[in-house]
Amino acid sequence: MPISADVFTATARGKRSGEGPSKVQLSVRSLSAHYGKRLAIRNVSLDFKPRTVTALIGPSGCGKTTLLRCLNRIHEVTRGASVSGVVELEGQDIYAPGVDPVAVRRRVGMVFQRPNPFPTMSILDNVVAGLRLVGECRSRGEKLEVAERTLRLAALWDEVKDKLDRSGLSLSGGQQQRLCIARALATEPEVLLMDEPASALDPISTAKIEDLMSTLAERYTIIVVTHNMQQAARVSQETAFMLAGEDGVGELVEFGPTTELFTRPKDRRTEDYITGRFG
Amino acid sequence: MGEPAFRPRYRVGDRLFAWALNLSTWFYVALIVGLFTVLLAGSWLAIKSFGLHFLVASSWDPVTGHFGALPFIFGTIVSSVIAIAIAAVVGIAAAAYLAEFAPPLIARPLAFLIELLAAVPSVVYGLWGLFVLAPVMRSAIGPAIQSKLGWLPLFSGPIYGVGMLTASLILALMIVPTVAAISRDFIEGVAVDQREAMLALGATTWETVRRAVLPAARPGIFGACVLALGRALGETIATTMVIGNRPAISASLFAPGYTLASVIANEFTEATTQVYISTLIGLGLLLFVISIVVNAAARILMHTVLRNVEER
Amino acid sequence: MADVIAVRRTMQMRRVRSGVSVFLTALCAGSAAAALLLILGYVVHAGIASIGLPFLTQVPHPVGIPGGGVANAIVGTGITVAISVVMATPLGVLTGVYLAIYGRGAAASSIRFLSDVLAGVPSIAIGLFAYVVLVAPFKHFSAISGAFAFAVLMLPVIIRTTEEAIRSVPIAIREGALALGLPIYATTLRVVIPAARAAIITGLLLSIARVTGETAPLLFTAFGSQFWEFNPANPMAQLPLQIFNYAISPYPEWHQQAWGGALILIVVVLFLNILARAALRSRASR
Repeated sequence: MPISADVFTATARGKRSGEGPSKVQLSVRSLSAHYGKRLAIRNVSLDFKPRTVTALIGPSGCGKTTLLRCLNRIHEVTRGASVSGVVELEGQDIYAPGVDPVAVRRRVGMVFQRPNPFPTMSILDNVVAGLRLVGECRSRGEKLEVAERTLRLAALWDEVKDKLDRSGLSLSGGQQQRLCIARALATEPEVLLMDEPASALDPISTAKIEDLMSTLAERYTIIVVTHNMQQAARVSQETAFMLAGEDGVGELVEFGPTTELFTRPKDRRTEDYITGRFG
Repeated sequence: MGEPAFRPRYRVGDRLFAWALNLSTWFYVALIVGLFTVLLAGSWLAIKSFGLHFLVASSWDPVTGHFGALPFIFGTIVSSVIAIAIAAVVGIAAAAYLAEFAPPLIARPLAFLIELLAAVPSVVYGLWGLFVLAPVMRSAIGPAIQSKLGWLPLFSGPIYGVGMLTASLILALMIVPTVAAISRDFIEGVAVDQREAMLALGATTWETVRRAVLPAARPGIFGACVLALGRALGETIATTMVIGNRPAISASLFAPGYTLASVIANEFTEATTQVYISTLIGLGLLLFVISIVVNAAARILMHTVLRNVEER
Repeated sequence: MADVIAVRRTMQMRRVRSGVSVFLTALCAGSAAAALLLILGYVVHAGIASIGLPFLTQVPHPVGIPGGGVANAIVGTGITVAISVVMATPLGVLTGVYLAIYGRGAAASSIRFLSDVLAGVPSIAIGLFAYVVLVAPFKHFSAISGAFAFAVLMLPVIIRTTEEAIRSVPIAIREGALALGLPIYATTLRVVIPAARAAIITGLLLSIARVTGETAPLLFTAFGSQFWEFNPANPMAQLPLQIFNYAISPYPEWHQQAWGGALILIVVVLFLNILARAALRSRASR
């Protein structure tokens, strides 16, 4: 069985198996993020429930992508970027001193806005790229096993099973994106972050990705950034609405069950946004 | 066709200007073509006298009229290949460090120093190689290698100081900046999403560079190495000063060797007969053709990468 | 639990491997930079003793007679480089302008490709070219044939930088001049080239830096001389050549002279390079 890494992982897993599934998978407390001197998001707090799709919505520049990128500590790889606050993954702060971001990222997978398969790797090697990092999946048999399992999960297996040795770039944009989802799933993360995963795709591919999100939510905690409210309404159970304030700093305005937020918004700014009164 | 209603007043000037531009450009093209033609014409006597056999004959004795280029081809290729092997490792690693790992405060001066390495005149490299590196090679480096690996033919025989290995080291030093500077550009050109894709899978800093960034930049880096190889193949003065200048093929890297460029440098002004001069020009032609092929290959490689990057 | 421990160990190993690898790349970058400092340091250390008024004002003395200098070689290099600049600049700038203006066609891109390839041709082959064209017919070595070889070496650099410089002139400037009713040639000569002048001069500086240290193409063109020589039709002393000849001689006092010459040469060449770089940077930051 492929295993994620680290002490961090080990204790967290142990805890979970001891106490049963927790009510909160990922808990964000007073999170602020900077790019250099510029504050991008201020004081965001919210809880993500396990095996749920949570949508982050808001106009561009509201910091929703930045928030997402703080959840697997990839925000900090941008030069000059920094984070303050607490993000607890199953009760453990991923920003606590001594926590290795590499281990965090193995438990929190990510799919990007534009499909980004590794151009020099075959489809097969793309899928197992994460597992190869920890020295697993050396043999072709193991690779095929993992590839079939995850590509089926990503609803791509039937389309690519005969051309696993072709370059990942030979696929269409929608297929590439599902390949990237399969690649993220192969390392068996608990949380899957998706940054506008369908924004670069055609409507048919978008529909496939949306279907996929619902299926995956049976096993994974999914957090998806989208600028498309209909998409958020279709795929998510929870929605967080973010907005940049007067000073251009992103803040969380409202967070709650999707149906409630879209039908009975508590905040006037949310209402303005979902009824289209903002640009 | 009638005259346009507004006839430009300066049409003559514009024509003259366009004509001057065309003239200079075609003169430049003629110069490049002329370079090849002249070398070919200059070596025609030798080509006619010796034919292709010249390339594989290994005896070089101008006095008796024996001209074989093999020792020079051997020396040129061996010294350059060893040099690029060293320079590729050091240069690519340095490029990766400068582009990916080094804080800007360190990267900037370090990159500056490495680029200046390319500006040092080759005669200075030769001087340093001859009076500093060669003695150290004879007294310290050579014996140290020989005591461990002396059983290999590669490191057998007397150590003169000057020789194939010394020349390779100097050449490596001279081409490291080429490899490093161009590789660095290509590494920096790798899209951020490739890095982030690998990081998001739980890769360490090094793994991200090793498995995502370097493979994506590989064709460009390879082009940089080919370009650097071209420089090493044609380098003259530094090699001449430290390779030992003996037209013999030896298995040992400590033994003296000779290169195409060095034999031209050493013997051209002393060449007395027409055939001798023609033969040396023929070696120059050979060098020219090799460098054209190598450089064209490098340019095509790098061009493809750049176009791929632009298309994305 | 055994699994967990194994996993912990691989993670630790990966972290260590990452650290070690990054350190090794730093070591490579550092050692390349250190090599430069080492060479520079040694040249200064070995050459400084030679530097003095006699060294800078006298011609070489025959073996056995102490003293002597490289004054004629410095002047010779200056003359040769100056002639090559005069030869290469008009042709290079005009060709660069051509490529910038008509640079889209297949002809232009093949010229660009040829030019890039020419930049990689060994300087000794260029020297042979100059020999066949300008030495053999006259049966006479000359500074002018050396300058010709230098000019061929400089051309690709000048052309490339000129083309880039012209292209980087904002279209608004070009169109503004054309809108005033200036013809294309006047626009180019009076407006576009002056706007690109700094960049073109930078390229020129870089090309000068490239040839100033060249030795190989001079061996059978400018040839060298032990005396003062100002006529470019005659063989002329050249600093790099002088260093080379001193270095391969068997006399320690000449070796000493070689180090002194190398110090002067490296200072001049690095100065030209740094000057060009500083010019590039100041424009880039603007």
